[in-house]
Amino acid sequence: MTKLKEAYISGVGQSEVGVRLARSPMGLTMDAIKQALDDAGLTMDQIDGVASYPGRMATFLGFSPIGVDEVIETCGIKARWHMGGGEIPAQLSAIAAAVDAVRLGHARHVICFRTVYEAAAMSRPEEFPPLRREFVDGLSQWTAPYFAISAACWVGQFAMRQMKRNGMTREQLAQIALNGNRNALLNPNARNITKKELTLDEYMEARMITSPFCLYDCDRFSDCSTVVIVSASDALDEVSPNPVRVAATAGSVHRYSWDQPDYMASYATGPDLWSKTDYKPKDVDTVQFYDGFAFFPISWLEALGFCDVGAGHEFVDGGTRIAIDGELPLNTGGGQLGAGRLHGFGFAHEAVTQLRGKAGARQIPGDPKVAVATSGGGPLAAALLLARD
Amino acid sequence: MTETKAAPPPPKRPRPRLDAVNRPFWTGGAEGKLQIVHCPDCGQYTHPPKEFCRHCQSENVAPKAMAGTGTVDTYTINYQPWMPDLEVPFIIARVRLDDAPDVILTTNVVNCPVDAIDFDDKVRVVFEEQDGVFFPLFEKVA
Ligand SMILES: [Zn+2]
Repeated sequence: MTKLKEAYISGVGQSEVGVRLARSPMGLTMDAIKQALDDAGLTMDQIDGVASYPGRMATFLGFSPIGVDEVIETCGIKARWHMGGGEIPAQLSAIAAAVDAVRLGHARHVICFRTVYEAAAMSRPEEFPPLRREFVDGLSQWTAPYFAISAACWVGQFAMRQMKRNGMTREQLAQIALNGNRNALLNPNARNITKKELTLDEYMEARMITSPFCLYDCDRFSDCSTVVIVSASDALDEVSPNPVRVAATAGSVHRYSWDQPDYMASYATGPDLWSKTDYKPKDVDTVQFYDGFAFFPISWLEALGFCDVGAGHEFVDGGTRIAIDGELPLNTGGGQLGAGRLHGFGFAHEAVTQLRGKAGARQIPGDPKVAVATSGGGPLAAALLLARD
Repeated sequence: MTETKAAPPPPKRPRPRLDAVNRPFWTGGAEGKLQIVHCPDCGQYTHPPKEFCRHCQSENVAPKAMAGTGTVDTYTINYQPWMPDLEVPFIIARVRLDDAPDVILTTNVVNCPVDAIDFDDKVRVVFEEQDGVFFPLFEKVA
């Protein structure tokens, strides 16, 4: 019986982020992989594991165009362990699975990637013909017949509960979008997504999507690949200095549907994360919270114990506490609202970048040592606790 | 069938593929009944429908006609036309059934202005038929 190892993030990489990019999904993926290898100081022949969420998926256009199999083939990886699965608790669970794999010794260095190509795919129907379906299948049959087509319609209902039951205002909700916009303007990787300052007045006057969400509360389809390399503690002599330890992971499901949950799965994930570590919320220097819709970060603040349940909107009121120079900097790279819908992996990338002090103009002050990154938060949720030793 | 020119045709709703498990839910409206899978062994309900009880895993389950009344758990007013010809705004709501409080139905609340909806509103089922599927919608109880 071998002793459990520790898992570290040894390198991160991100392709160009854009809307309707010409570069192919595989091209973006290779750009991100090469950058992450350089960052980690590793070569391709040292990689022996690959993980992704959700694996290649044809059912949603451009949602997941690159599979684990193609990366293994294209990169000539002699994989001892690989995983591309959608039925796991949200996107960052792919990284959590790689963490488990290296801790158990199934692999030494694992490439974890998430490639999204939704904006480009929708704009090129000749290359990516829209799916024509006669029926709505699976769980969507319980929502789509009522034109609850987007997750916005489901998450919006949880946000309405926060307004009606707990007194959240649109001005408070707006702080997530305004904060993401401000931080994105300092992030070179977000330059194709956010080009100008968003004001509270513009936010309040914006077109409504589904109450209480306006246009600026919803992330936008983007094209990008993000890579995180997970390495075992006994392989750290092979990687560049300054790896970031994965101190804990957690993931949970409430109900496997968007219509049945009476609470969001983040509220089970938060306590579970803290049960696996001696770190406490007060030790955290920055949080990178999934913000497919603006209400998610507010619910994650509550779920992880940064404030009382039902008070997340009060925590973000005015926006100063969550700003880069605030007491708990949130979504310092802009999040998905400001830096593109990278579908979860962007949060791990930004957390690592901040902990290594490499965030440039958006670097938070005070030598940060501990960060939380999350993904999902509806029926499924996952969280990573990252620490610099 | 009588032709009526008074109201425009309702938008075509995305259509579920009917099978043995979901058919009672989507066609119960033909007899005016909202059918939810019930387990006589433990007395609980399973929705979305399954061939096993999700509470005790009994296979002895069957659709049961509900009273068709409930309360608004939460809602959103949708302004975005997700598909062509979809008239907005309209109400999407989660309705908690009175006789099966663990069951939540995502649905549309109809026959009232969008700003007339509120939490805890009492509602009752009305069915909208399209090509043999009877979509359970809800309207406010006066
Ligand atoms: Zn039962």
